[in-house]
Amino acid sequence: MIATSDLTYTYDGSKSKLSFPNLSCKPGEQLLILGDSGSGKTTLLHLLCGLLRADSGEVIVNENPIRSLSDRELDNLRGQELGIVFQQSHFVQSLTVLENLALPNLLSSGGLTSEELESRTHELLGRLNVGHKAHSLTKSLSVGEQQRVSIARALIHKPSVVFADEPTSALDDNSTEAVISLLEEETKRAGASLIVVTHDSRLKSRYSDRIDLNTPAI
Amino acid sequence: MKLFYIARRNLTSKPLQTALSAILLAFGVGMVSLMMISEKQLNDQFERNIKDIDIVLGAKGSPLQLILANVYHIDAPTGNISLREAEEVIKHPTIESGIKLAYGDNYRSFRIVGTEYSYPQHYGVEIASGELWVSPFEVTLGAEVAIKSGLAIGDKFFSSHGLTDESDVHDDLAFTVVGIFAPSGSVLDQLILTGIESVWGVHAGHEDETRSEEEIYNSREITAVLLKKRTPMAILMLPNLLRETNMQVALPAIEINRLNQQFGIGASTLRAIALLIMALSFASIFISVFENMQARRYELALMRTMGGTPGTLYKLLLLEGGLLSLGGVLLGLIISRIGIMVLATAIEDKFKYDISSLELLSSEIYLALGATFVGLLAAAIPAFKTLKLDISKTLSNE
Repeated sequence: MIATSDLTYTYDGSKSKLSFPNLSCKPGEQLLILGDSGSGKTTLLHLLCGLLRADSGEVIVNENPIRSLSDRELDNLRGQELGIVFQQSHFVQSLTVLENLALPNLLSSGGLTSEELESRTHELLGRLNVGHKAHSLTKSLSVGEQQRVSIARALIHKPSVVFADEPTSALDDNSTEAVISLLEEETKRAGASLIVVTHDSRLKSRYSDRIDLNTPAI
Repeated sequence: MKLFYIARRNLTSKPLQTALSAILLAFGVGMVSLMMISEKQLNDQFERNIKDIDIVLGAKGSPLQLILANVYHIDAPTGNISLREAEEVIKHPTIESGIKLAYGDNYRSFRIVGTEYSYPQHYGVEIASGELWVSPFEVTLGAEVAIKSGLAIGDKFFSSHGLTDESDVHDDLAFTVVGIFAPSGSVLDQLILTGIESVWGVHAGHEDETRSEEEIYNSREITAVLLKKRTPMAILMLPNLLRETNMQVALPAIEINRLNQQFGIGASTLRAIALLIMALSFASIFISVFENMQARRYELALMRTMGGTPGTLYKLLLLEGGLLSLGGVLLGLIISRIGIMVLATAIEDKFKYDISSLELLSSEIYLALGATFVGLLAAAIPAFKTLKLDISKTLSNE
């Protein structure tokens, strides 16, 4: 569960304050945040993930008001409760697919045992059709495979909220449908909230819950 | 999977960059370590052989040559001295004792030294098998001589004139091996010892048969005498006493000190070069970690979004620097061992000395710890930037 109230943010050296509409997304629900370049959607995403600290207002993740968390608590929260799929799939280049998937658990001292992690990794990779690439270095994967591994990484530690940052902006219609369906299916299966942040208006009709940042907040 | 594993994988994924930094450090550490081992082993050899020898009496010439030839047996002697005059010096009130040496022949480049029983006793060398020489032309072999020449008790051999040349063989008089010394780590390991009479016997002509005992005694020569002083006055009095003779005295401690000073200039230059290489390697580690950090900014930011704390990322980069330094240091110690084996072969061929011990010195442990620490420090400075990494900005700029 994630919810915000009266979030504002001002960049260093900027005179204009960004204000964001309140949002709420319960477990299993999906929310679309739509906005053109410069509308502040990346800023909002970073505020939701705790990568930026808001000037005012609050973000609540599973009843944790993140403004009051220390840096360390915030790092832990990100590692245990949040999963992020980035626009371009980035990985630790020197590690294999399996090892990249083990990172969230290692870095956040996650609760999965090595047996649980192994079984979950194989289960996810198998379902996403990249099980045969488990021992490959990530740079050897195709763009589509990278996208799917990226989804697996965002879900591996059973987060309660999954963010997808521009997951379809570089994809054609067919690939867009495939990736979004996969994301929706996997987050639903995990019982997590899904928040998709994009400027891609093709996704508009797909979500009943949506926030359009192009419409100024009242 | 642990941070250590990620650090190792990050290093091995850039083999050229990693190898360059590690090899630079390895050469620096290897050179310093090689100098430490060779200096230590040569000094040990020098000190072991100088044991309680205060003064060396021999023919006039270079005092250093006199010491090198008669204490260490790595140079040609300055000439011969009269046995009668030498014995007068041994009887001088300021002298406690003297060990006479007479030599000029070799067997397969091992010196055959005519001497007294007090010579092996002086170095505390024990008999491993057989016995000490008794009759003329009986010899007792140094431990290394026995191993390398293959001679065994009861074997006979002919000596060659000179100290290394085997062409002029005295094939009329054979030496017989009657004993073999136990290894002692002293110069005696490399020598063939016999009575002085044997050395005179090899070079004696038929004229001895017609001369009186006194004439024969007056004509006898030896190469040198290793003296132990009774009082410090010996050092002051003997040079005056010998002014009108063909003899001189030299003090091993002073001559070796002088030799060390001469070698010291070269050694200092080499040490400075090695330290410069080490400094370059630390700069290389600094640049390597810094460039890695710059190139992997997004990767590091990504790890922060997965719950990695700034401290965890700092530790990761520090581990990479530490592993790189440790790898370089270990490689350096291996290089120095290979170096000492090569050097030992050359020194053994030329001087018959064994400096092949590969034992790790305590000074090398300090060198290894110091180099690893400085390597870590070189990585710690650029890695410090990860503590201030702005994740949002880094991810947005990608």
